[in-house]
Amino acid sequence: MTMVQQEALVSRQSSDAAAEGRAVRLMKRRSRIRIYEIVIWLAAVAAYFLLPSKMLILTEIAILALFAVSLDLVLGFAGIVSLGHAAFFGVGAYAAGLLALHYTAEPVIGLFVAALVAGLLGFLTSFLILRGSDLTRLMTTLGIGLMMAEVANQMAWLTGGADGLSGFSLNPILGLFEFDLYGKTGYLYCLAVLFVGMMIMRRIAFSPFGLSLKAIKSNPMRAGMISVPARKRVVVVYTIAAMFAGIAGALLAQTTSFVSPDVLAFHRSADVLMVLTIGGTGYLYGGVFGAVLFTLVKDALSVVTPQYWMFWIGLILVVLVLIGRERLNRWAAYLPERLSGKEREQ
Amino acid sequence: MSDIVLETRGLKRRFGAFVATNDVSLTVERGARHALIGPNGAGKTTLINLLTGVLPPSEGQVFLEGEDITGLASFRRVKRGLTRTFQINQLFETFTPLETVCLAIAEREGIAHRLWSAMAGYARVVEEAGDLLARFGLASVMGERTSILPYGKQRLLEIALAFASRPRVLLLDEPAAGVPEDERHEVLSIVADLPKDVTVLLIEHDMDLVFSFATRISVLVAGAVFAEGSVAEIAADPRVKAVYLGENA
Repeated sequence: MTMVQQEALVSRQSSDAAAEGRAVRLMKRRSRIRIYEIVIWLAAVAAYFLLPSKMLILTEIAILALFAVSLDLVLGFAGIVSLGHAAFFGVGAYAAGLLALHYTAEPVIGLFVAALVAGLLGFLTSFLILRGSDLTRLMTTLGIGLMMAEVANQMAWLTGGADGLSGFSLNPILGLFEFDLYGKTGYLYCLAVLFVGMMIMRRIAFSPFGLSLKAIKSNPMRAGMISVPARKRVVVVYTIAAMFAGIAGALLAQTTSFVSPDVLAFHRSADVLMVLTIGGTGYLYGGVFGAVLFTLVKDALSVVTPQYWMFWIGLILVVLVLIGRERLNRWAAYLPERLSGKEREQ
Repeated sequence: MSDIVLETRGLKRRFGAFVATNDVSLTVERGARHALIGPNGAGKTTLINLLTGVLPPSEGQVFLEGEDITGLASFRRVKRGLTRTFQINQLFETFTPLETVCLAIAEREGIAHRLWSAMAGYARVVEEAGDLLARFGLASVMGERTSILPYGKQRLLEIALAFASRPRVLLLDEPAAGVPEDERHEVLSIVADLPKDVTVLLIEHDMDLVFSFATRISVLVAGAVFAEGSVAEIAADPRVKAVYLGENA
């Protein structure tokens, strides 16, 4: 080997080593915590101290956020549109309510049971959404949602039918924290569950599994050609999303001590899709931002125009979709990287 | 007895009344540089789609290393060592090249179902991805969004991605298609330097590339195999000249 060849070899090896090092650094940077994440959690805790009279609406936001983030796993990652996500929310709510009424009033056990029941329903129905186009999936999920609502309505002996499920009250959380009249414990409880749920889903999002979901959404044909088993992945993520939706439903049942048949209503599936459209899909926090905006706007509008607030929500949605998220994202791109949340979808 | 790695028997594909692939029986030897040529609309891409499971055949069978894979989904064929590139880039537009290649390697290693540890935690996978991207001249853009890369770079990623699955048989569907002249040599030299133990089936319009690269050529006309032979035989075949090379002459 000549000197020149040796040098070429050495320089090539060192450039490869540089590429390897850079790859590792880039990949690590991908999953680091961004400033907006810290801000939103600090704000959520600060709200507890600063807005003592707003506990109920804050609780509502936390529950809606968890519900919306669970839909983002399905929609923003795997690219599956659903108009029936409330089926899992409602089943979770009923499971938690029935458990508290008949067996144990320990809230945390209620969460696990709700997750289990909703997850089972998610697993079973996931096989129905493996085939077909977006429209097929929209109709299938819508159908499942409508069926679940009717089943709950008909099984009045179990669910209380149109009257809903009431007459249960929850024990202190883990035997330590008692639910109070002002909903302070309720808010912190929901916030803690949302936080834990977010951290779990965030981990999933940055895992190889999460990346493979985005590949399935982005280009299913190519995903197959790098041997991504799409159906298996969809079954898994749909089940996980159903579990978190069920937990969100359980939180509503536990903090209100009531399960209304409304938990399975179609408008709840539509609302959560709207929340995610407002907040943006594919980066999880869209569900949180969307839930905050949606609830606050709804609250403000229903004070100003109690009968017509839906009109304004509709108008906001139309404007948002027409302007397009790409354009909003382009504005966000001018922010420093840590602030702008580059992970979000265009 | 030669070692056949990829084989089709009586492969047929109809789209309504139109027969895109008509009774194709093809054999590709291990380690071959096999080119598939033919005029536009001869059914070359359809044949590749049938081989890789993107389309199901109407009739006939596909064998990989002697095993019938006709009914297997694409992702299972890739697992068995058969993969491809696409004539029109099929990439994950919102991914970076690094994420794209990491995922392909993670799938190959059977760890992509794991949902409890960050991709960054698999240093071996990420390093291999960095290494592979460097070899394909993509080191400087590995952290950019794929959709903003120059076309030539996207083309290289297209091939690098197929390569990340460590195929034993690689089907290249017009690898240099649409690449601007000044980026072309980069793609061509990558194709020329592919490891010898990988069997390559190449679809190409560029006759210079075909004659310099291939050891064996099949000519496809109207969905059927019109002629097959060594480079010298095909180059000398007057019928092939008439139907195909005549176009360029």
